[in-house]
Amino acid sequence: MPSPRYWREIPSRYRLEASRCCGCGKVCYPVRRVCPACGAADWKATRLSQHAKVVTSTVIYVPPSEFLNEAPYAMAVVETPEGARLMIQVVDCDPDEVKPGTEVNLEFRLIRKEGLSGILCYGHKGVPVG
Amino acid sequence: MREVAIVAAGMTQFGELWQQSLRDLFVEAALEALDGTKADHLDAIYVGNMSGGQFVGQEHLGPLMADYLGVAGVAATRVESACASGGMALRQAFLDVASGASDMVLATGVEKMNDGADVTAVLASAADQETEAYHGVTFPGLYAMIARAHMEEYGTTEEDLAAVSVKNHRHGSLNSKAQFGREVTAEEVMNSSLVAAPLRLLHCSPVTDGAAAVLVVPLERAKEFTDRPVRILGSGAATGSMALADRQDPAFLDAVSLSAGRAYKMAGIRPGDVNVAEVHDCFSIAEICVTEALCAVDRGKGGEAVRSGYTSLGGKLPVNTSGGLKSKGHPVGATGVAQAIEIFEQLRGEAGDRQVKDAHIGLAQNMGGSGASSVVHIFQRV
Repeated sequence: MPSPRYWREIPSRYRLEASRCCGCGKVCYPVRRVCPACGAADWKATRLSQHAKVVTSTVIYVPPSEFLNEAPYAMAVVETPEGARLMIQVVDCDPDEVKPGTEVNLEFRLIRKEGLSGILCYGHKGVPVG
Repeated sequence: MREVAIVAAGMTQFGELWQQSLRDLFVEAALEALDGTKADHLDAIYVGNMSGGQFVGQEHLGPLMADYLGVAGVAATRVESACASGGMALRQAFLDVASGASDMVLATGVEKMNDGADVTAVLASAADQETEAYHGVTFPGLYAMIARAHMEEYGTTEEDLAAVSVKNHRHGSLNSKAQFGREVTAEEVMNSSLVAAPLRLLHCSPVTDGAAAVLVVPLERAKEFTDRPVRILGSGAATGSMALADRQDPAFLDAVSLSAGRAYKMAGIRPGDVNVAEVHDCFSIAEICVTEALCAVDRGKGGEAVRSGYTSLGGKLPVNTSGGLKSKGHPVGATGVAQAIEIFEQLRGEAGDRQVKDAHIGLAQNMGGSGASSVVHIFQRV
């Protein structure tokens, strides 16, 4: 991934910036200009809460090459209190314990290293509450 | 719109075909389709292909394939919708002929996956790069999340998932072109290695090389080419949310439901009128979710339909008589056309040991990504 492409994603990846539709109130992550629910094109920036609940999950045993050293690891679709859903890794736990309903905090973490120069790419991962 | 028919088909062996290149595969399937039809020219070629660029570094497949088929000059273009590329190529051919713009159209699909590319990474490019692949999810991972949601919502079990693989391998053992034409037991499936829990190796379709081609013409001219044409009664395509996270119900495939509704409407039939179906079982859970979205079974009952034999050869609605993607193989861009060929053979009574008795109406469903695109065709014996 060329670095400008990475920089462009910083607001969503570093700050969990999302859009709240001025028409119907739907919160989308990352930001969308057009609301997929009502079609309105007016929106306000908002930030997601740093906690969420697992909607569905899996444990990846055969990973992409960049994640070879981390497998097996849990991945989940989680929903924040704002109603936005995102795909994240869930870490610092037994991956088999991550199930629908599991509550997680969203923590700022290193996600991957990219390219020959190993650019550090950050974002959020889930850590089970408690 | 004009009535449209398929009059001929050609398909390579599916498997790891180390001696054949992308273009070799295409030419073999296309020549087989054209052989014996007395087709004196082509008006257009559609090449379904997901990622020649990433798999073998080759883009611009329209002219390459026309050139190597010896028909340079013919209009030819590639059609891409990830794993639904083949079905979408067939749809473009159907629309081209139905509109009256073309009379003789070759709908094809081809993929060369075994040539050294990092297949997991290439396939992952059909997911949302910024919000899914970035975080390390794979395609088996996305379908595993669909499976877990289905299990949570409807009580679907690992035994149900295994039953899909067992059934499709049983069907595939009757298909000489299948990549893994052997039977597997539920025990073997459930003891195979985990890929993305709860999905195991034997829940996943394999990495496959292959090509498929059909000749599409106006129905009124079909008898010039064959005694037994198969009419394309309906065609429907649809899209859904690209990212799994954006689907309100991850256990339901909205795009499949929409595309099926459009195809049923054009065909003027109901789901219960279908006698045989080929559906996109890239992972065992996909067949369960697709049969539900097609309204072939009630929602939540996809697993039960497999276990009870409802969707087996000899059952009320045989699904994936070819062996499906699981056993026959899944050369991603070719799959949609290969599905149409199975239905073509079934409706012509040419399916041999896999023949469904008195099949009049058949359906083929092909999807891309984690279900973000889907295309459904309905065929009728003439």
